[in-house]
Amino acid sequence: MKIMSAPHDPMTPAVEMINVSRRFVTPDGKSMTAIRNFNMTIGRGEFVAIVGPTGCGKSTTLNLVTGLAKPSSGEVRLFGQPINGIDPRIGFAFQTDALFPWRSVIDNVVAGPLFRGKPKAEAYERAREWLARVNLTGHESKFPHQLSGGMRKRVALAQTFINEPQVLLMDEPFSALDVQTRVLMHDELLKLWSEAKASVLFVTHDLEEAIALADRVYVLTAGPATVKSVYEIDIPRPRVASEIRFDQRFVDISHTIWNDLREEVMAGAARTEVAA
Amino acid sequence: MTATVTNTATQTAAPAFRAGTSDAEIEAAAAKAARKRKNMVMFWRLLILVVFLGGWEIASRAKWIDEFFFASPSTIMKRLYEWGTQGTDGVSLWYHLWVTMEESLIGFFVGSITGVLVGVALGRNKMASDVFSVYIKVINSVPRVVLAPIFIMLFGLGLASKVALSFVMVFFVVFSNAFQGVREADRALIANAQILGASKWQITRSVIVPSAMSWIFASLHVSFGFAIIGAIVGEFVGSRYGIGLLINVARGSFDAAGMYAAIVIIMVVALLAEYLMTLLEHRLAKWRPAPLQDN
Repeated sequence: MKIMSAPHDPMTPAVEMINVSRRFVTPDGKSMTAIRNFNMTIGRGEFVAIVGPTGCGKSTTLNLVTGLAKPSSGEVRLFGQPINGIDPRIGFAFQTDALFPWRSVIDNVVAGPLFRGKPKAEAYERAREWLARVNLTGHESKFPHQLSGGMRKRVALAQTFINEPQVLLMDEPFSALDVQTRVLMHDELLKLWSEAKASVLFVTHDLEEAIALADRVYVLTAGPATVKSVYEIDIPRPRVASEIRFDQRFVDISHTIWNDLREEVMAGAARTEVAA
Repeated sequence: MTATVTNTATQTAAPAFRAGTSDAEIEAAAAKAARKRKNMVMFWRLLILVVFLGGWEIASRAKWIDEFFFASPSTIMKRLYEWGTQGTDGVSLWYHLWVTMEESLIGFFVGSITGVLVGVALGRNKMASDVFSVYIKVINSVPRVVLAPIFIMLFGLGLASKVALSFVMVFFVVFSNAFQGVREADRALIANAQILGASKWQITRSVIVPSAMSWIFASLHVSFGFAIIGAIVGEFVGSRYGIGLLINVARGSFDAAGMYAAIVIIMVVALLAEYLMTLLEHRLAKWRPAPLQDN
């Protein structure tokens, strides 16, 4: 086994988390462990989903990859190299609305390239392309509050994808949407992902969402989170998220993983009741 | 059985949709109601003004109140007309007004720009804000008006002392709002900008300042009034020109109408400034959702 893989080796995984633990101090001065002895590998172009009970530390894993948080022990590697600050190869889709409300749709999409010093004309041209790709042509000069939840999510996706991230981190990005819109967004995401060839780490509490989208599903234990089990999802691609729910294979996989996840959900629920 | 029940339900529901309730008619009715309401508001506003001024005039002429202390709307108007056409003490009213406006405008601009700059800088730097916050509290607890004699002593009777007083009136209001606005900036937006590739300065410019803008504007509304107060109090204490001086001179000669006339001038100026500020704010805040029309 290699200790450190060469950064330019095309076989190097996109993200590696090796024995990672993360502790932090709560506002009232207590030390808390969010994740413990966490191991995970995301291959290049692979779509990995993390499911776990609420509040188990799923989001912490994402923050460790962005570099916004540092591991207390263990190591997080991006393309074979330790993470040092925010890496430009990373894109992030937020759970809450993170569009800039004072910017129009196109000015939101163009933000990334302009922050990174691209010339204005080129940035705007590419932003128009991306808006066309998420079917928002004609809405360029609207403000976020004038759009529906689903449209805002599509703007957010364009805003993220325009930077051409090689690793895309998604923190329950569709949890605020209604069920129908969510399924449409799944197909949208799968389409963008298959074109962009990025590696995706998708955090969700929705098991069906995880199975419909991912190549592999990590089930976490109730906090402090560690990997309980990993499932390969061998449903062939291209998948149609809006139809896949009726597939027998999908139903079987959901059943298996749910049996596994249920214990943790119960444990997590018991814990929050004690805390409350 | 259930089918027949549903059928009757739809049949009885159908006639409830009467003629004369098309969308166009509902819209027309709503527009009419809105116009009517607007006229009603206007009517009551005018009525209250007329009753107030008329009552004052009548009470003063009928000697119910002492004209020596309370003047009357007509004598105030007369005084304003005299000032406007003949000036006071050989100086035109417009010059006095200009002096006061110059003092308050300079104080307002310098005070609010510094307030925003310092507020944003301290809001972005936790360490600096922890260190300086105690001193800012201390200085802020000084009632601003007591500084007037000190500033007159330091900077003389001219422009500088009034600008300084306007400045301290404005600075703290704008500063504390800008600071609060920076602190309230949405964490998710900052994180998003960071990951999209923004530098610290870009975050300040394109996330922090825009999101603090509504706080800053709220303070600008109040602080232009404060700037005028600063200038006028300064003129009370010692000056050669200005609306504050007019009030002071009128007081010295027991000229009630003169004092009220000066107040009217200040009111008009402050309202005008408020109006301009609201216009500017609406232009800058296009992105905010308009309040929902309430029927």
